[in-house]
Amino acid sequence: MDETALRQAVFATLRRIAPEVVPGELAPDRPLRDQVDLDSIDWLNFLLGLHDALGVEIPETDYAALVTLDDLVAYLRARLA
Amino acid sequence: MIEFKLPSLGAEMDEGTLLEWKVKPGDPVRKGDVVAVVDTSKSAIDVEIWDEGTIYELVLGLHETVPVGTVMARLLEPGETPEHAEEEKRKRAAETAAAPAAPAPAVAPAVAAAAAAPGAATEARVRISPAARKRAAELGIAPAQVAGTGPDGTITREDIERAAATKAPPKDRWSEMRRAIAAAMARSKREIPHYYLATDIPLAVASRWLAERNEHRSVTERVLLAVPLLKAVARALVRYPEFNGHFRDGAFVPGAGIHLGVAISLRQGGLIAPAIRDVDALRIDELMHRLADLVARARALTLRSSEMTDATITVTNLGDQGVELVQGVIYPPQVALVGFGKVTARPWVEDGKVVAMPVVTASLAADHRASDGHRGALLLGEIARLLQDPRSLDDATH
Repeated sequence: MDETALRQAVFATLRRIAPEVVPGELAPDRPLRDQVDLDSIDWLNFLLGLHDALGVEIPETDYAALVTLDDLVAYLRARLA
Repeated sequence: MIEFKLPSLGAEMDEGTLLEWKVKPGDPVRKGDVVAVVDTSKSAIDVEIWDEGTIYELVLGLHETVPVGTVMARLLEPGETPEHAEEEKRKRAAETAAAPAAPAPAVAPAVAAAAAAPGAATEARVRISPAARKRAAELGIAPAQVAGTGPDGTITREDIERAAATKAPPKDRWSEMRRAIAAAMARSKREIPHYYLATDIPLAVASRWLAERNEHRSVTERVLLAVPLLKAVARALVRYPEFNGHFRDGAFVPGAGIHLGVAISLRQGGLIAPAIRDVDALRIDELMHRLADLVARARALTLRSSEMTDATITVTNLGDQGVELVQGVIYPPQVALVGFGKVTARPWVEDGKVVAMPVVTASLAADHRASDGHRGALLLGEIARLLQDPRSLDDATH
């Protein structure tokens, strides 16, 4: 999966949790949870969605490294490689 | 014959608009089946049926707005014939006509008028051409509210088109929700003598237990701290039942089970507090699944009618928003609300030493008509005690 497709998959999953998100309005290098109102259950449902869509398992201990969209995409690329 | 009526959908929610029938005449239904989708001021609600039988006729048309208690459909009881149902229907109609007018519910005049003569509206609605009926469904027009100009007052396709052209714009859901919240909360503050208590609960044991449990688990099986908190509340209510139930007609009525209303903020603003039933008997994993499912469905606005009315107490968790203390407003007719704030590391004295401890402030807002502060303090103390033994919270029984 190339970077563009991966970003699209992440956005599609995010919009199922937060339908009001407009992809172009998110700064990929700023903390995601500052820009989108995601509480802990939304966050878990987001990770569940990524797990279903991409088959990637994200351990709880990795949460701290996943702050921005760029972080998340880079992390998923590495895990999918 | 069973009359299926629009159930109550929560405090200060006194009417609903039919969006969709999930059943058709001839369909068998069982307890708990979703039979219709009804729009309320807060969200679209899946309406469940609690009778068993076969759908005989659908009385309510699409996009009709009616008050709670209006007959939506008629069902045949198991073994009942259509002839018997027709006879019952005639009998009931005669009784209604003979009986003095029932006190009108406090609803908008247009709705009350439609509700006062459900039979008449139903009969009138039958006179509509198939093409007009189809067009009405497409345009979201209630045929009962359209005057027919065809032969014998039959509603024609043109009548529907005309009605659609002059139709009022849809209600603004956000302002409707604000109105419903305002009404419920104003009633709460007007009628309920609240008292407030709070206590700090150390969570080192519970956090460690959860982290170890989650460490080797897939994201699909991971549990959030909110779950042991909910479970501890439910378990504590077993010992202190005077906080679990409703205050009705001047007296406290204990809840038939421990059904926790979980306050969920909605993305477009406003909040909703649907219930998870019998939380005291749920294992931790099951409770997690229910919670995640409930939050997702609340946010997607697809809740079930029983979830809207079953709660016997509300739990609100504002920790994600960073506050430490919640002083809640009780959702009437409930008699208590338990709040949790953010889990933060705070200085804590343990064995004579100051340590950094993850702590949550748990609070109680309770109805002084149903309980006193002494018992409220014991309830919070019990929640704190239970959270020191998280493993025991995973038991199915107590």
